[in-house]
Amino acid sequence: MKTSLTPEQIIRFCERVEGAQRRAYDIPKLTNEYPEMTVEDGYAVQNALRARFIEQGEKLVGWKAGLTSKAKMVQMGVDKPSIGFLTDAMSRPENTAISTDDLVHPRVECEVAFITKAELSGPACTRADVLAATDFVMPAVEVIDSRYENFKFDLPSVIADNSSSARFVAGGRPRYVEDIEVDGIGVAMELNGEIVEMGSSAAVMGHPADAVAMLVNILHDMGEVLPAGSFVMSGGITAAVAVKPGDNVIARYQDLGSVSLRFE
Amino acid sequence: MDNAQIKKLGDDLYEAMLSRNTLVPFTEQYPDITLEQAYEIQLQYIKRRIDAGEKIVGKKIGVTSKAVQDFLGVFQPDFGQLTDKMVYQEGETIDLNELIQPKAEAELAIVLKEDLIGPGITAVDVIRATDYVSPCFEIVDSRINDWKIKIQDTVADNASCGVYVVSNIKADPRKVDITMAGMTLYKNGELFSTGVGAAVQGSPFNAVAWLANTLGELGIPFKAGEVILSGSQSALVPVTDGDELECYIAGVGGCKVKFAGSTKV
Repeated sequence: MKTSLTPEQIIRFCERVEGAQRRAYDIPKLTNEYPEMTVEDGYAVQNALRARFIEQGEKLVGWKAGLTSKAKMVQMGVDKPSIGFLTDAMSRPENTAISTDDLVHPRVECEVAFITKAELSGPACTRADVLAATDFVMPAVEVIDSRYENFKFDLPSVIADNSSSARFVAGGRPRYVEDIEVDGIGVAMELNGEIVEMGSSAAVMGHPADAVAMLVNILHDMGEVLPAGSFVMSGGITAAVAVKPGDNVIARYQDLGSVSLRFE
Repeated sequence: MDNAQIKKLGDDLYEAMLSRNTLVPFTEQYPDITLEQAYEIQLQYIKRRIDAGEKIVGKKIGVTSKAVQDFLGVFQPDFGQLTDKMVYQEGETIDLNELIQPKAEAELAIVLKEDLIGPGITAVDVIRATDYVSPCFEIVDSRINDWKIKIQDTVADNASCGVYVVSNIKADPRKVDITMAGMTLYKNGELFSTGVGAAVQGSPFNAVAWLANTLGELGIPFKAGEVILSGSQSALVPVTDGDELECYIAGVGGCKVKFAGSTKV
């Protein structure tokens, strides 16, 4: 991937995003200042952010695909998926309270997570490759949090902000892909006891494994592979739902159990 | 409390185990004893057992239920180390003459196929690294007078570990929902207690993730092949001569255990 940004610009944008993430405040989208920013530039900033988090002691545990459903693309006004990295510091156990003090305007969405047992590499990674390399799948709720004002952004800006990654909760039960219909998993998300979002995992690019293949191919463009043992969230099945302190969320999945979390 | 006192208490526990006597709670002897010191005492107690020829074969996680955590006033589990001398095979009768004041707990044992090196371990890592799960009984025992334990007492006393028996059943946790698997425990043919995997830190995988991260901080190895007793899913069962217990974890299978002999207390 080629970037038009200078090393100084990358550092400046990276520090701006990191500050907003660490101290939980919102900032104007980066393209306001730098309208010519490309998707490649966004990944250059995200990669600098990843290097910085790892340098600070966080452990890379996997990746996420974002903006993978039609609903999400319409909701966010973009036309292509994106990817972001996940570290252990973003993980929370299920049935626990997640603090909103260190988040800007969190939203939750239901996803299917893939845990891999073999390395995957692009440029032509396919659904079949992903399914063959999958150890198991499990349900996950992603807490996304754009650091941009009013959750409004474009593709380069959101990629620089690590595709709005903030927290994630994996739970429910693990399953082998051959034991379930991975592209037909029904999902209902309850907010404070009321179902607010529903869908099927087919909403993720037709098949969630396609989103993982897409992610692997983007990694290839950055000169990277997806190592065995990675945790990959394949993208929101439902539209994202805003949450506030006191909210309880239960995501119920066909064949995968449920994931619950609350906010304080 | 200085190093000599820590060593002495570890030695006292070892002698108490051998002679089947109990000790005045350490929290009475040393009201200021910290959790860190309690783990140092545990290490000395285990060192004595290793010096006598025992081998480390796994870990146990204790204080995993909210009820017990509330009772002991703590917000996290504790752990102890398992040695080969604590193992009974399924079908063998547990000899109460070797124990002091035993109680049984039904649990899920987890065996790893990969090392888990904390910190930074999540429940997902634990599932990935799990070889199989088996139903099991842990027979807890206390070297402290009348089980009058505070958290520091039980930690020092190797998390009150006695002996254990693991079923020969090996189940794949990607085939069974171990968090929601129901557990039934029968004593002498009658239903005694029921539970569910979620009783253990929300999920036995959460308890093992906690263990991996805690061991990582302490620099204690956590290796593939080790057996982990993930935490009780049942009420404590008092046992005496002739008792027979059976636990059944739905989707996984059962484990049976018999007791004979007379305890010291």
